[in-house]
Amino acid sequence: MSQATTEAKPVVSKNQAVGWLRQMLLIRRFEEQSYKLYQMGGKIGGFCHLYSGQEPVAVGSIGVLREDDYVITAYRDHGHALARGMGANEAMAELLGRYTGCSKGKGGSMHFFDAEKGFLGGHAIVGSHIPLAAGVAFASKYQNKDSVCICYFGDGAMNQGSLHEAFNMASLWKLPVIYVVENNMMSMGTQLHRHSCLMDLTVRCGTAYGIPGYSIDANDIELVATTTRECAARARAGEGPSFIEMKTYRYRGHSMSDPAKYRTKEELEDAKARDPIVAYEHILKDRGWIDDEAIERMHDEIKAEVEESIKFAEESEQTPPEALYQDVTVAHHIPQE
Amino acid sequence: MSVIAYREALNQAMSEEMERDERVFLMGEEVAEYDGAYKVSQGMLARFGPRRIIDTPISEEGFCGMGIGAAMVGLRPIVEFMTFSFSLVAIDQIVNNAANMRYMSGGQFAVPIVFRGSSGMAGCLAATHSHRLEAWYAHIPGLTVVMPATPADAKGLLKSAIRSDDPVIFIEHEVLYGDKGEVPDGEHLVPIGKAEIKRAGSDVTLITYSRSLKATMAAAETLAGEGIDAEVIDIRTIRPLDLDTLLESVGKTHRAVIVEEDWPYCGLGAGISDRIMQKAFDELDAPIRRVTTKDAPIPYNRALEASMLPSVDRVVAQVRDVMYSRL
Repeated sequence: MSQATTEAKPVVSKNQAVGWLRQMLLIRRFEEQSYKLYQMGGKIGGFCHLYSGQEPVAVGSIGVLREDDYVITAYRDHGHALARGMGANEAMAELLGRYTGCSKGKGGSMHFFDAEKGFLGGHAIVGSHIPLAAGVAFASKYQNKDSVCICYFGDGAMNQGSLHEAFNMASLWKLPVIYVVENNMMSMGTQLHRHSCLMDLTVRCGTAYGIPGYSIDANDIELVATTTRECAARARAGEGPSFIEMKTYRYRGHSMSDPAKYRTKEELEDAKARDPIVAYEHILKDRGWIDDEAIERMHDEIKAEVEESIKFAEESEQTPPEALYQDVTVAHHIPQE
Repeated sequence: MSVIAYREALNQAMSEEMERDERVFLMGEEVAEYDGAYKVSQGMLARFGPRRIIDTPISEEGFCGMGIGAAMVGLRPIVEFMTFSFSLVAIDQIVNNAANMRYMSGGQFAVPIVFRGSSGMAGCLAATHSHRLEAWYAHIPGLTVVMPATPADAKGLLKSAIRSDDPVIFIEHEVLYGDKGEVPDGEHLVPIGKAEIKRAGSDVTLITYSRSLKATMAAAETLAGEGIDAEVIDIRTIRPLDLDTLLESVGKTHRAVIVEEDWPYCGLGAGISDRIMQKAFDELDAPIRRVTTKDAPIPYNRALEASMLPSVDRVVAQVRDVMYSRL
């Protein structure tokens, strides 16, 4: 564990650190309540992939980006959206298919969007969004801006051709993009050693394309932050893309329908014993930046915030019938019926 | 008015729009230093430089996705496929990302992009390089699909496509690139979604697009010699279909034959015919007939390939059928 590094040298201000703890707790609570809503009476439909356990990845990396940067991710997207500042209300309303949802109830769990926050989705075809991120970075460079795009995907996506095509062009054209593989060691139910020819992912995705590769323990949120900051600086300086393998662990199954029989109880319990949120609470307490009372208060506030989001979602109107034909195109949509 | 080739008309459209709008750029295989595999982008690298005329690796899925990403944050890319046959390896990007983005994001993101390039049976290219995918793309809500048949329409529709805020599938035809025709000088825009009557007539409506317009026009001349006055409509935009123009014509002629270069089953004509019959069944004095490419993969052999295409003879035969002629 690299907690020692974190303790030795804080890389953030107290306010930011406490904010990150709060965001991680919010995501955890949001996901656990989503789990319950999904189980109880099918209030949430379709596929739903929970982020519990992986919180430091999104919070620590998005936490060092600027407002004019862009964030894009795959289908396990609730955590990134909340970390980017999407309100729990809009997120929960989307899960419940409401018109007040972040995608007006037409995207669902896998397709969260928030244009105002530079959150470009929520993409559900594995690897399909990886070229989009290169295109977003291309646009920054084309327009002579120094915004960067950060793009998240799971270890399963490393086996899609879209990744390798995009990585080649991102490196060839030195595009300001940060690629993050959230290596939770499982491509749905296929463990890394059964789907990847090499276990060193920086060789497959970094070395192979002349892209600097990092492999870090993503349970250490401040290591996530410093690594991302370094990559963002590199991108802004016109030096091109970076690749970060963030080693993490997901507590829930791949999706709600996955009982996760491919792992043992012990493996899951071991992971939970190293819970990144609990670890960060300890670190912040050791620094004297927060105490038990404040943590307690934070838990209560977040509980109320998530309860409020459920209430907001349930009281919001369903996406109305006339929305079916809305937003198909910018031009007036003429149904070809 | 000047007489220029179809490929020059496309080049003019792109160049004029790039002069007009800094956000427009062209990317694709061999579009820059090679001047375009079919020389559509000839001279554009010299004129606009490598920042805006971009040679890509052979990575259709990758560069289509990049175009979509760039369009989501404010650029207006033109992505060239060397041929639309190669769009098959990028179809996930076009269908899942370009077409769905606006809807899935609840209207937050637009994808103003043009995917353009050649298509069709161009002679001895065999099964992999002769695809006609208009029906595939026309199937997808969220896409606009355009197929010009003449230099004037090529220019006017491409300019409209580049200005569109939605993803446009702009399908050219390989055998039309050298065709010359009159193109209006200066600002020439052809609206998306409007068919054009290329020959007025009163006895039968011939509905077609792209390269098949040629065989259809020739068939109309042959039919005129037989005393049959055919109206020829070039639909120009495949999606959304200009149904009103078709219905008005069928209301007058009471007969229709659709001429298309794609395959018969689930082909474009099947969809057009369905829509006409839903609205105007009572107007029809004969079943709608179709002339399509025959239902087999495209062979290399020149004579076999030619035998599959909609020909003047095949069009004339179907018209005689709907006219109940025994000639």
